[in-house]
Amino acid sequence: MSDTAVADTRRLNSKPQDLTDAYGPPSNFLEIDIFNPQTVGVGRARFTTYEVRMRTNLPIFKLKESCVRRRYSDFEWLKNELERDSKIVVPPLPGKALKRQLPFRGDEGIFEESFIEERRQGLEQFINKIAGHPLAQNERCLHMFLQEEAIDRNYVPGKGLGEKDY
Amino acid sequence: MRCFGGGAPAVSPGCCPGTGSAQSAGYLGAGREEGVVNRRAAPRPGGALPQRAPPPPVGQAPVAEASALPIELYYDRGNHHEFVSLVKDLARPGEVTQSQAFDFEFTHVEKPYESYTGQNVKLRYFLRATISRRLNDVVKEMDIVVHTLSTYPELNSSIKMEVGIEDCLHIEFEYNKSKYHLKDVIVGKIYFLLVRIKIKHMEIDIIKRETTGTGPNVYHENDTIAKYEIMDGAPVRGESIPIRLFLAGYELTPTMRDINKKFSVRYYLNLVLIDDEERRYFKQQEVVLWRKGDIVRKSMSHQAAIASQRFEGTTPLGEARTPGPLSDGGSRQ
Repeated sequence: MSDTAVADTRRLNSKPQDLTDAYGPPSNFLEIDIFNPQTVGVGRARFTTYEVRMRTNLPIFKLKESCVRRRYSDFEWLKNELERDSKIVVPPLPGKALKRQLPFRGDEGIFEESFIEERRQGLEQFINKIAGHPLAQNERCLHMFLQEEAIDRNYVPGKGLGEKDY
Repeated sequence: MRCFGGGAPAVSPGCCPGTGSAQSAGYLGAGREEGVVNRRAAPRPGGALPQRAPPPPVGQAPVAEASALPIELYYDRGNHHEFVSLVKDLARPGEVTQSQAFDFEFTHVEKPYESYTGQNVKLRYFLRATISRRLNDVVKEMDIVVHTLSTYPELNSSIKMEVGIEDCLHIEFEYNKSKYHLKDVIVGKIYFLLVRIKIKHMEIDIIKRETTGTGPNVYHENDTIAKYEIMDGAPVRGESIPIRLFLAGYELTPTMRDINKKFSVRYYLNLVLIDDEERRYFKQQEVVLWRKGDIVRKSMSHQAAIASQRFEGTTPLGEARTPGPLSDGGSRQ
């Protein structure tokens, strides 16, 4: 092979792109919104639930659209399940705000509007980060959290979507 | 050439510096050091490097003896290991009362490895002149940089691979060669077969891994020499992203494998994709780097010049050549 004075920097040949791929919707659409916080219950037994709405075209999710109501402790459950079962570094949740649960506060404590809004934003960031993680998408607990009415805390943890009544 | 004292080396009359070959090409930096570049590409008959020793300080106490030696030295975090050392006496014990010049010559010095300065290891060639005295010696060292030159490898296949995460991201990457010289260009492409994550950008890093030590005490030092963004934005299936990365802009050394059984320096291309949530997906691939000789002999024809460069060793033309670490089996005669 003879020495060339100038290197050949021409592009390598590549396949032309299919136009439906180029202009079609990307196959990575995943959006989760957390909104509509509602406080249910009375007195000491009150708690706030948030609506978790998911829209996606990822084939790994059974439903392309889902909407469930979840409370903060459900998010905590999800975080613990993922930390235990998967090798992911799970992002942090917004704070537990124990101080706000003490009596004799000047404001509404954990039912204060600004606090709920802060928490809503934190939960939205958390769930979007998690749901987009390829390893988390393999965990049964994530699918149950996002797409099933109620969380069955006695479920069998595992990878993949597991058994479902068809 | 004058030589002082008995026992000084004889000088061959045919030796003179600068005829056509690559010795003493002046001051060059290897890393950030200065030294005289001594290229292994061009062996010369009687190839010596006549030099002048630095003049000893005037008016000192009686001199015991003076000597000069080229040493090739390997450091490993405090442990020195000399692998070649030659000594020549320059002067007998006596007194020095004024500036004196001592000429010397070392013929056929073995220079099997390239000079290298790394994080945990340093390989250097140097001349050391020592004036041994009763109380304290005067020592002066001068570094010499040695480069190992190679030529185009006979076999240089491209690297082409399909990698990915099941159902999530599949790409096919291709680099035009597996062995690149230090001023070469990496030409390649990334083809997206499946994209189900939101990619923010993609980059190629050049990583240098220096491995020192043996057995249980092996140390790896990874150093990212370069980060080069090749794509900004989210690709979709069917897209091809070109790569064109010029190596001349970076401080690189040739790939060194198991030098003197003490250390290795290897290079890797790291293809990194970063998604919207700062998650990184990467594929590392080793590439072999080699140093191309760039000295052209004016006294030979172009063909002869190329032929004379097709070797990997200090053997002069006409002798048997042993294949060096970069060739793929064949040695040319």
